[in-house]
Amino acid sequence: MTDLLIESKPLEDLLRESLPTDVDYASARLVDERSEHLSVRQNKLEPIFNEFDTGVMISIWNGGGLGYAATADLSTSGLATAVDQARHWARVTAGAMVTTTPPSDHATGSYASPVEVSWDTLPLDDRLELLQQQSRLLGIDDRIVDWRAALTRRDVDQLLVTSGGGRIEQRFRFVYPHLRATANEGTNTQIRTFGANAFCGQGGVELLGRFGFGDAASQIAEQALELLTAPNCPTDTMDLLLAPDQMVLQIHESIGHPLELDRILGDERNYAGTSFVTPEMFGSFQYGSDLLNVTFDPTVPGQLASYGFDDDGTPATRQHLIENGILVRGLGGDVSQARSGLPGVANSRASGWNRPPIDRMANLNLEAGESSVEELIASIENGVYLHTNNSWSIDDSRNKFQFSCEFGQRVENGEITGTVRNPSYRGISRTFWRNLKGVADADSLTVMGTPNCGKGELNQMVGTGHASPACLFVDVEVFGGEE
Amino acid sequence: MSQSDHTYFDELITNATAQLAGDEVLLANVTGEHTDFIRLNNNGVRQAGTVVQRRLSVDLIEGKRHVGGAFQLTGDRSLDDARLTTLLSQLREQRRLVADDPYLLFNTSPNTTERIEAGSIPEPDAALADIRAAGNGRDLVGIYAAGDTYSGFANSLGQRNWFQSATFNLDWCFYLQADKAAKNLYAGFDWDEEAFARKIDWSNRQLAALEREPIDLSPGEYRTYLAPRAMEELVGLMSGYGAFGQRAHATRQTPLLRMIADDATLSPLITISENTAGGVAPNFQSAGFIRPDNVPLIVDGKYSNTLVSPRSAQEYGIPTNGASDYEYPESLSIAPGEVATATVSEALDTGLFVGNLWYTNFSDRTACRTTGMTRFATFWVEDGEIVAPVNVLRFDDTAYSLLGERLEGLTDETEVLLDTSTYVERSTMSSQLPGALVGAMRFVL
Repeated sequence: MTDLLIESKPLEDLLRESLPTDVDYASARLVDERSEHLSVRQNKLEPIFNEFDTGVMISIWNGGGLGYAATADLSTSGLATAVDQARHWARVTAGAMVTTTPPSDHATGSYASPVEVSWDTLPLDDRLELLQQQSRLLGIDDRIVDWRAALTRRDVDQLLVTSGGGRIEQRFRFVYPHLRATANEGTNTQIRTFGANAFCGQGGVELLGRFGFGDAASQIAEQALELLTAPNCPTDTMDLLLAPDQMVLQIHESIGHPLELDRILGDERNYAGTSFVTPEMFGSFQYGSDLLNVTFDPTVPGQLASYGFDDDGTPATRQHLIENGILVRGLGGDVSQARSGLPGVANSRASGWNRPPIDRMANLNLEAGESSVEELIASIENGVYLHTNNSWSIDDSRNKFQFSCEFGQRVENGEITGTVRNPSYRGISRTFWRNLKGVADADSLTVMGTPNCGKGELNQMVGTGHASPACLFVDVEVFGGEE
Repeated sequence: MSQSDHTYFDELITNATAQLAGDEVLLANVTGEHTDFIRLNNNGVRQAGTVVQRRLSVDLIEGKRHVGGAFQLTGDRSLDDARLTTLLSQLREQRRLVADDPYLLFNTSPNTTERIEAGSIPEPDAALADIRAAGNGRDLVGIYAAGDTYSGFANSLGQRNWFQSATFNLDWCFYLQADKAAKNLYAGFDWDEEAFARKIDWSNRQLAALEREPIDLSPGEYRTYLAPRAMEELVGLMSGYGAFGQRAHATRQTPLLRMIADDATLSPLITISENTAGGVAPNFQSAGFIRPDNVPLIVDGKYSNTLVSPRSAQEYGIPTNGASDYEYPESLSIAPGEVATATVSEALDTGLFVGNLWYTNFSDRTACRTTGMTRFATFWVEDGEIVAPVNVLRFDDTAYSLLGERLEGLTDETEVLLDTSTYVERSTMSSQLPGALVGAMRFVL
């Protein structure tokens, strides 16, 4: 089960030969995934699980129609059946499509995740012992009633061949470490995690060190206990300082999703929703204060959603989406750009071989500012400093949001004065970012991601990357949980 | 096609069983589908295609040590036999490195079952033509999914379970403008032109109601009717975070913590059960246990039972009731009440009629305080008559209020709501829910 299909010349030849030549556009996208899931709960190893997921999606555009067919049968007859199915759909949908423009690129190229230290240097029994060590650091008190240390590795090889001679080979090596401590006293339960799955990326063993995996367990357990005796977060309109592992969520929900061109075009209205952003806003809308600079950057080494090409084969480059607060570009791939006439990026992505590409976030990063975190804290008279998202909710136009965090710190007269539990805040995307009054410098910038972004009909879950420093907002409605 | 998948799976596992060594036990699960998907926007097609997939998952056990793995079956028997043999060898290698699993539990009393629901689904070309004709002149957006889905369990002890159905599911909106839309669902086993026409008629009538000028309501408390789809979103959140799961209860992470640690109760009108007999999910789970027809979870507002997976059964020393490892309901049912469904607007009198809630999450999980948005068709009603659509509102309130002290009644009819989720594969979950009349619901934004 370990042969790399992507290196099989006979299979590549078969994929290319299976593509019809009498159509406007055809592609075969092979996805070969291998993953390993390790988890230690309460110092006991849970069942190891290995997943292999391999298949091909055939896409055909012809005569104004589009069809796809996904199959795990990679034989000559299996691919021929898929091609027939895709052809049939292209015939059926001709004249009924909302777009008739296929992807324009037939590029060639390759991409590979940067791996500094191979997982071969940390064999399975060592990986299990690492998790046991972390687990023991989590279960430090009788009030810690549940705890877990987990590590998932996922290797994804993709090969895209197109009828116009395109060939794109991409090899992704994803790492998802996870820690969680649950503390309880009576009706008060507090959960602290290692970044709520935000510390994930591409690479090898070195990622664990980069994220501070080895140092996090003790801190998480101690903070979970600290929250048990912390006061409820106060209710007030106040300053709000968000740590990078909450900024991940803030960027994702209230900048990323609203800028997706397929939402603006209406594709998602039955499920994920629409957007408060309308086409005429691009180029002029004041999305945030002039401190707000957001880039689409699939070139960041080791970030979760870095890649060389999107799944339509478009070369991926860094682009500003918001520059000095002004909205300049949306998140839409080749097809959405042609439909909307709006500037976009290479972000047409699929969750696997069995799903067609749609507009997705990739790495969506908030650029560093010039203040230190200490300077931002010193500037706060009445506020809170919040860490690690644990709840998110936003309306279907991506406007009215309410987010909660695992861990809060009260900031008064320029100093952190204590810990608060169950902190939440709410606002409206359209105006929230205009209250951005401070962006921390590169020392605070943390490269992270989220592995579970759901969207699309049929539904798809993909990973998205987000990098951000701590950011300060003013006049935000902040509140706590039930007394 | 599905019958051949059934036989294929059976023979594959029989062959693998013959290769087991010593006291090894093999547990195997397969989930598969052959689905046609049509994605629509502006009553046109955005994407259309076919997905054929068959995921085989196995657990290779020796004593109390075990390791699992999964791969996609190709449909080529010799190739799949070889891949399974290779996977089992790999699992044996890994198994040497693991300790006994104290929580391993699987069914050792073979109980073979089969349930096959045949359907009458139109050819995809015809379905597309019907749907576009119904949406003519409308801004129709949504997804049509149709075809066979199946789940199977087999073990080396001779147990075989099979569940398959041929279903269709059209999940769509007629959009009026911006975020105002009539949301509807037509799903089942047999496509019926007249039933579909009635659904379209309902959507058209709701669209007409949406044409009135929408109003903004200020934050505050409003008398509210939550339609079954809105209830689905509310109880779905609780279910997904362990409200009824044994592990979440034992580790004090359940949103219903106050019911087990502080004697809190819901309204005596609330009776919730896992109603496998009334759902469309398989009645077996991945370790081979057969689910009871019904597990009472909340009875007359009081906590009754949890859903207990085999692992939790071992960990906490109680019997399993066939729950999945995630311990959430797959066929959740809330018993109906006495509010006449046909005249629910009159019962509401003056207040909010909420057709759908959206994007719920917790603002204080252990207090079961939830937040979320109204979506699609939400109306302001006065004297039992619709006055105007209402622009989206955010609520923030506890289950102990909405389904507790402020619950005035449940409708006397329930709706069977099939889960339209297609993450990874088509869902077989469902729920059967009434609407709820709430004396006051807290809206905050």
